[in-house]
Amino acid sequence: MSTEDTTTVGSFQLPSIVPRLLSNRKILVGLTVLLPIIVITALGESITPYDPLQTHVADKYAAPGGQYLLGTDNLGRDILSRLITGGQSSLLLGFGATAVSMSAGVPIGLSAGYLKGRVDEVLMRLMDIMMSVPVLLLGILILVALSSNIVNVILAIGIVYVPRIARVTRSATLAVSEEPYVMAAKARGESTSHILFKEIMPNVMAPIVVEGSIRVGYAIMIGTSLSFLGLGAGPPHADWGYMIATARLHIYQTPWFLLWPSLALLVTIMAINILGDGLRDVLDPRAMEGEL
Amino acid sequence: MNYLYLGKRLVIAFLSLLVVSSVVFAMTMALPGSAAEIILGTQQTEQSVQQVREEMGLDRPLSERYVDFVIGVFTLDFGDSLISDQPVTEMLIPRLIRTLQLAVVAMLLSIVLAIPMGVIAAAKRDTLSDTAITNVSYVGVSLPSFVSASLLLLFFTTGPLGIFPSGGYEPLSEGFIPWVRHLALPAIALNFVVFAYVLRQTRSSMIETLESDYIRTARLKGLAERSVLARHALRNGLLPTVTVLAINFGWMMGSVVIVEEIFSYPGMGRLIVQAIAERDLPVIQAGILVPTAAFVFANLLADVVYTVLDPRIELGEK
Repeated sequence: MSTEDTTTVGSFQLPSIVPRLLSNRKILVGLTVLLPIIVITALGESITPYDPLQTHVADKYAAPGGQYLLGTDNLGRDILSRLITGGQSSLLLGFGATAVSMSAGVPIGLSAGYLKGRVDEVLMRLMDIMMSVPVLLLGILILVALSSNIVNVILAIGIVYVPRIARVTRSATLAVSEEPYVMAAKARGESTSHILFKEIMPNVMAPIVVEGSIRVGYAIMIGTSLSFLGLGAGPPHADWGYMIATARLHIYQTPWFLLWPSLALLVTIMAINILGDGLRDVLDPRAMEGEL
Repeated sequence: MNYLYLGKRLVIAFLSLLVVSSVVFAMTMALPGSAAEIILGTQQTEQSVQQVREEMGLDRPLSERYVDFVIGVFTLDFGDSLISDQPVTEMLIPRLIRTLQLAVVAMLLSIVLAIPMGVIAAAKRDTLSDTAITNVSYVGVSLPSFVSASLLLLFFTTGPLGIFPSGGYEPLSEGFIPWVRHLALPAIALNFVVFAYVLRQTRSSMIETLESDYIRTARLKGLAERSVLARHALRNGLLPTVTVLAINFGWMMGSVVIVEEIFSYPGMGRLIVQAIAERDLPVIQAGILVPTAAFVFANLLADVVYTVLDPRIELGEK
């Protein structure tokens, strides 16, 4: 793909890009799986067969089928209903945290890549230092310092992934920072923020969108891992990680309780990863694999 | 080799550790609740809390504690545990050794499984085996380690396939078989994501290498495909994998927290979880800093290995 081509794709002209996106098989597969999951979890309690918090003590550890489609948990709560509402916080974590990392990482990357020199050096060293702490440990550290509620969990995971977004944005910015349209804007005397957000940003969106889409999957992974460790939002926001943590204590009574949320998590993250891969194939074919 | 560059990298690595340790210090200071309150439990009075805090040195000025802490970090003296009074370094070493065993076995598993599979997938691109391998890698990168660990626990510690113990640790001195049996499941769980990730990276960089001009030349010379692969493509195609392995070492150092907790493996990860529950500040600080340091130096090492494998690269110009 020529540079010119990338620039048009990068500028994200929606009408021309949509058919190309939808002709990619990975994107189609990802969307076909992901959209129903999003719709079902968004509808949440209005479509759950039972109240997700309602315990049916006489029916605990029920097997799938029959009255409870996916069985019941250790307190006799309907697993399907809990899966649907638990999905809300799991997905919210993923998308929310990615939004946080983008809103900090993109400006950092744009400034570093455009201003170069000392600004670049300082910002990127800072990002390197953040990345030197293993992600899960950084998440744990932030969450034990703050208290665990859903907003803090989203913030913590968002912060953890700022450096990755910043690095991708920076290298895309470096590539276009000497382009004629940037020079022209500079010559017109436009402000730095105008150049960053109005001139450069629309042209570097492609790799950022790709990176962001892959981040959503990892954010869900880290978010559910943290709540598995008891550092998540916790009840009533019982996400899939929390469900699995509880289920693990009862695997000898009912394996289903563990299997369903595991499957939900696997299918959701996999759909996001496949979608992200497809987006990369179309939007940013030369990009390397993402980083964990 | 460029020693100046290496020196610069070393300085940066130490600076990173200094900054990270300051941040860790600040954040552990912000922890809600204190060890004094947790030790005293329900019997606390304002006076007894104050007394225990004095005994623990928690009442000293923050700046003094900070300086002590930083000096400690670089002399590997993290103070005493607030709960057990044991020196933290003494608590840490046996656990670090166990965790490193786990990480090394998992890393070796990834290398032994992922690299050949990635090379095969690239060499037989778009065939059935490539598709199969790629799909396996999708499952791998999408399965959080707490899920794979829980599933392994479910399938391989009970029922017909229950051939592994559900947790614990046996030192190698007790025999190879018991050691492996205890290490197998946690190592596989830890390896899962990394395996898939290394596989994908190997596949894509091998594909890129196989499409390059010098490989085309080698083929045109009439070399057999096998020798093109083995003699020419592997060396360059595997270079990015070195970096990827180093990055993944960091991921592993985080994931051990989860995997060790699930398999009751007495390593660093379990220690951190326990220390957080008990607000044992020195242990939390060390428990986060030691794996971070290991990760920083793993990256440095990868850089060195990279140059040794590829003399064309002049460090510092990258």
